[in-house]
Amino acid sequence: MVKTDIAQEPIGPEHEPETEWMELNMGPHHPSTHGVLRVRLKLDGEIVRDADADIGYLHTGFEKSFEDKTYTQGITFSDRMDYLAPPINNVGFVSAVEKLIGVEVPPRAQAIRVIMMELARVASHELWLGTTGLDLGVYSGFFYAWRDRDLALDLNEAYSGVRMMTSFTRVGGVAWDLPDGWLDQLQRFIDVMPGRLDDFESMLTDNPIWHQRLEGVGVISAAEAIDAGVTGPVLRASGVNYDVRKAFPYCGYENYDFEVPVGTNGDCYDRYRMRVAEMRQSLRILQQAVDNLPSGPWITGDRKVALPPRSELSKSMEAVIHQFRLVSEGFKGPVGDVYAFVESPRGELGFYLVSDGTNKPYRMKVRPPSFCNLQALKKLVQGVLVADVIAIMGSLDFILGDCDR
Amino acid sequence: MNRWSSALPDDALVQRIGDRFGAGLQESSDFRGDLSVVLEPGALVEVARYLKSEEGFDYLLYATAVDWPAREPRFTVVWEVRSLANKTRIRIKTTAGMPDPHVPSLTSVWPAADWHERETWDLFGITFDGHPDLRRILMPQSWEGFPLRKDYVSFGEPVIFSDQKLEGLEPDAIRG
Repeated sequence: MVKTDIAQEPIGPEHEPETEWMELNMGPHHPSTHGVLRVRLKLDGEIVRDADADIGYLHTGFEKSFEDKTYTQGITFSDRMDYLAPPINNVGFVSAVEKLIGVEVPPRAQAIRVIMMELARVASHELWLGTTGLDLGVYSGFFYAWRDRDLALDLNEAYSGVRMMTSFTRVGGVAWDLPDGWLDQLQRFIDVMPGRLDDFESMLTDNPIWHQRLEGVGVISAAEAIDAGVTGPVLRASGVNYDVRKAFPYCGYENYDFEVPVGTNGDCYDRYRMRVAEMRQSLRILQQAVDNLPSGPWITGDRKVALPPRSELSKSMEAVIHQFRLVSEGFKGPVGDVYAFVESPRGELGFYLVSDGTNKPYRMKVRPPSFCNLQALKKLVQGVLVADVIAIMGSLDFILGDCDR
Repeated sequence: MNRWSSALPDDALVQRIGDRFGAGLQESSDFRGDLSVVLEPGALVEVARYLKSEEGFDYLLYATAVDWPAREPRFTVVWEVRSLANKTRIRIKTTAGMPDPHVPSLTSVWPAADWHERETWDLFGITFDGHPDLRRILMPQSWEGFPLRKDYVSFGEPVIFSDQKLEGLEPDAIRG
């Protein structure tokens, strides 16, 4: 391969006195940066010698804001970070709080969470397929991907009233039960999606141009991937079988039968395969969740953390007191620090919560998967062509809202 | 409660660290199945190297800090690492005091700590000795102050109004 030969030549202006490296700014408004990212590339002709990602354009200080809001209020911040998979952020945030205060989540709530999270995973990967294809010249794919992603957003809307910022979790469960007819709509989604994925794959998976653009580009080995701290499909494409849903099951994932796709080459093409395969697995999980949806309450009966049902308010003084306490000041957590984590479409999303015993987080550190994956960009792009930088950035699937918080 | 417990390393690990590094290990705790060790800053890099090479903690999850203005030393600096093979996790903590908080960098042990430590420097003003490229990452390079410190007020950004630029003139005088 031409690229590797060039990469191994002695590099730098000192070896070629007639030349100097050019510095090129990619972004912050480049369409392939999916958000606002600036990358300073050092170029030796068409070859990238070094890259420095300049992030922070979408930094909004969520971690500081969490410190001013009660645990329940914080839920609405969590889905504004990774705006392409809000339900997963919601679940990640409340699982940290649940772990801190030790609340049991009823089985039906866990199943609803799993359904919403897997829908979000499909929606996020669909969007990734569309936009990455767009970056690499597959313009028609974008429209198909958007059409299919909209089906998942319609389900979000029918459940929570909002297409993106669902904020559907509460500490100890979920905010609402599933509305009538929702499961039928979900079943139609589960039935229609495999065919649509087949269509998509027939367009891309064996497409020679798609192969040429992605195969052997942006290779990272398993050991390098672990060292660089990458996570999610990027880590698995390199052959590391690590998925939080399997390794540390939460929300009852241990009861679902699904596989974790693992790649071998660690290149952009494997990352593409991982995501398509993950969508099919998500559909499997969704089908099982629909078939075995438990009945019962969708939020814990612990009145210290969950609001009493509205019907009790006119009958019980105690319910009124609980309602007033929870709405006016929330609930308190014990002193301590916990780390809870979930598998987002981009990898391990973690919340490190420090509590000083009040009703607000003393410190809430988010471990965003996009941040960790983007860190590897510098390593991945050294020695590749400028056009491949676009493919590599696409394959990392970072969301700047998630990265910058 | 015990869906998290597979993440719990055995107590023997703390024992081994204690035996090997003696006073380097100041404290250990186990809260909700999360194991934490508080290390003396001088022993930090050695313990980290031991954890990586002999205990298999190969994957760095994050690094951050917590500001406790009333405590002395004021900052707790936190790294959390995982062993992908053993499915265990350990949180490494150390402390840093004012006026010039600094701790050793762990980038030489876990290269992935690079951006996480930069972020901690950016938002808390804690210097990581030995970090290869310690500069702001989320805030603009020209930013003053460290936003995640407790004495940094939310929405406290100073705003200069156009009339305040004209020194010596009262705002009323400009409006006429």
